[in-house]
Amino acid sequence: MAMTAMFNCLEPRNGVLTLYGELTLRHAKQVHECLFGALQRTKALEVDLLNVTHLDGAGLQLLVVLHREALASGKSLRWLGFSLPVQEALELLQLSELLGTPGAVLWS
Amino acid sequence: MDNTARATLIFEARELLADMENALLELETQGGSSELINAAFRAAHTIKGSAGLFELELITSFTQILENVLERCRSGQLKVDPDFVSLLLQCCDYLAALVDAIERQTEHDDPNPELRAQLLERLGILAPQSRGLTTLARGKSPESTAAAGHWHLSLRFDPQAMQKGLDPLALVEHLRELGTIIYLQTRTDLIPPADQLDPERCYLAFELGLSTSVAGATLERAFELSRDYCEVRMLPPQSRVADYIQVIQGMPDSRRRVGELLVASGALTQEQLQDALDSQAAASREPPPRLGEVLVREQLVAAPVIAAALKKQQSCDERRVVDQRLVKVDAQKLDQLIDLVGELVIASEGARVTVGRARVPEMMEAMSRLGQIVEYVRDRALDMRMVPIGEVFQRFPRVVRDVAKELGKDIQLQISGAETELDKSMVDKLADPLLHIVRNAIDHGIEPVSERVAAGKRAQGRLRLHAFHESACIVIEIADDGRGLRREKILAKAIERGLVAADAELTDAQVHELLFMPGFSTAEVVTNLSGRGVGMDVVKRSVEELRGEIEIATRPGQGTRLRIRLPLTLAIIDGFQVAVEDTVYVIPLESVVECVAMSGASDDSHNLFSLRGEPLPYIRLREIFDAAPFDGARESLVVVSHGEQRVGLVVDRLIGDTQAVIKPLGSIFRGTRAVSSSTILGDGSVALILDVPTLVGRAAGAVSAGASARA
Repeated sequence: MAMTAMFNCLEPRNGVLTLYGELTLRHAKQVHECLFGALQRTKALEVDLLNVTHLDGAGLQLLVVLHREALASGKSLRWLGFSLPVQEALELLQLSELLGTPGAVLWS
Repeated sequence: MDNTARATLIFEARELLADMENALLELETQGGSSELINAAFRAAHTIKGSAGLFELELITSFTQILENVLERCRSGQLKVDPDFVSLLLQCCDYLAALVDAIERQTEHDDPNPELRAQLLERLGILAPQSRGLTTLARGKSPESTAAAGHWHLSLRFDPQAMQKGLDPLALVEHLRELGTIIYLQTRTDLIPPADQLDPERCYLAFELGLSTSVAGATLERAFELSRDYCEVRMLPPQSRVADYIQVIQGMPDSRRRVGELLVASGALTQEQLQDALDSQAAASREPPPRLGEVLVREQLVAAPVIAAALKKQQSCDERRVVDQRLVKVDAQKLDQLIDLVGELVIASEGARVTVGRARVPEMMEAMSRLGQIVEYVRDRALDMRMVPIGEVFQRFPRVVRDVAKELGKDIQLQISGAETELDKSMVDKLADPLLHIVRNAIDHGIEPVSERVAAGKRAQGRLRLHAFHESACIVIEIADDGRGLRREKILAKAIERGLVAADAELTDAQVHELLFMPGFSTAEVVTNLSGRGVGMDVVKRSVEELRGEIEIATRPGQGTRLRIRLPLTLAIIDGFQVAVEDTVYVIPLESVVECVAMSGASDDSHNLFSLRGEPLPYIRLREIFDAAPFDGARESLVVVSHGEQRVGLVVDRLIGDTQAVIKPLGSIFRGTRAVSSSTILGDGSVALILDVPTLVGRAAGAVSAGASARA
């Protein structure tokens, strides 16, 4: 049996968010809730995307909005890492420059 | 280009080149990790981008070729091997030379045309045909752009698209299989704010250029399945379009409206823009159509040109966002501020003294609050000049690689504590001494592989750079696991050179000191690296000029560790004032241990004082500064320490704490070894700051000399 497609997110402490599995349409509502919930709770958000196995248009537009809103609200956002699928998607759509590189703190 | 822009460009380019170099060096040791290739690629790409803004043709065209090679490497078509890395490192060096040329304001003259030609040829073999944007970036050849003509596609997705199974990413990927995507602009401006966003709806849109050999009809068929949920507009290849895009991409960054960008690029006349704006305003629908839409609909401007203008605008916005947080300040302004803070500190010391004399409690209280704030201001101001020592360390991976390669050695470099901060002015002065020490360690310290293996050691030598803070100092260690210092060899050489007498009995520390004497070198073979006349004596002098010191620890066969200890800042210190007659001296507070009254417990013939039963060597400041013998009732002893050693300094009076703004010594005092610098006291008079290491050495030396004379 194929592995069940899944998504999960962990926020062990305020401001550090690790996403696991698929950032796809199927889990879009959950991803949305988890990203923006975490953003609301902190001033400096760090998001670890190293364990993301799949990223589609739905996941991608959420990352773009997260980035935009973090900056617009004067918070800082840092990507702790991009998994290969994330990197590939960002390169495909030429969004790497917009979203920044892992490790760099993006300030408003 | 104005000077600010020039300085920023140079600064950023150098940082990026350093990033690229690091990525390449890591690539060599860790193999072709895609992340590292990406890092190198990104650096090259960003350099190209900034150079493009200033029309630095020499840089843009070169980085473009470099990018092509990295792109091929990224897609696995090229193998990463040491030769490949060497070539790319040479490219970095050449780019650095181009950046240096910008600094000299000669950016349009190639500093090394032969090297350029040679590098381009070798890169050309690795990435034979340049594609797409290359022609654009190189410009000046519109025909080739026309020949390479491409389709412009505008894709707008239905909000339901994703739910109906059409993933925008998959569609773009499919297009990539049909040809080469030359540019792609993802429109993110249509995505609503998070709280109004339905995560299952699609808000994405793309403008992209596709270079393909397939016919238009075939291309259209590619959209057959997605047509229901994706609106596709296709524009056939046009040549002028590329020219406009090139112009827009090359424009300097500043916040401009899309229409202005288009007019400036020549894609649109001012009248056309006005007409379009009028028709936009006259539109009856709500919200009014975007300017871009109007222009495309009226066939005034091709959509890709608008896409380029939009992208330009977006990147300006992004840059502005980053710039707002980090303020770039001219180093000179910072120095002026620090000078002023110095004056402030002196003035506030003066006020404190005056207020102290007046003995008005309210004034004293206010003064102490003020003093506290001045202290904060001082600390913050000095803090601004602090930079991580990593700025110096980051050049070493390359140095170690090159030197090791040249000498046929295999050396692994470990760097730690790169985030440790110290004064910016010191960072600059540390670079050369450190470089020399590192070269020395590789050249003389670490043995050739055969010798290491014979000695039962790992074939690969290790060199470690480590920095950390310790009390008010920064400590930098350079350690190798080489053969260690050989006492006999150093001694023999020193005797041969006439630096010491043949029968001298020296402690290990004294033998190590010999290394720092002018004209000393133990290398049997003078290599072109470290045996070049610049000796360790120069290193030592540079460190001492920074009020620092060097210490050596070594174990035969196991390695050598050099430890450099430097004060954190050169500008202002906490000091302790003492007086001999009416002259005030300042002792750096960090070296003061305690003060005791000078009682009968001293042995004047041996200059030893009994401090709680322990003998403590001491020295009289009045003797050092040739003052008349003391005739007062009571002297005081200030116990100072340096490293492990403690000695006493005998003074007439103790005055108390002060903040000393360090001023360089006038040339009269240069010969006085007991004084390191001067400062201005609160009452405006000048005081000398004592050089504790020298005094400690003198006092301790006098005692041991006395001891050996008796023996």
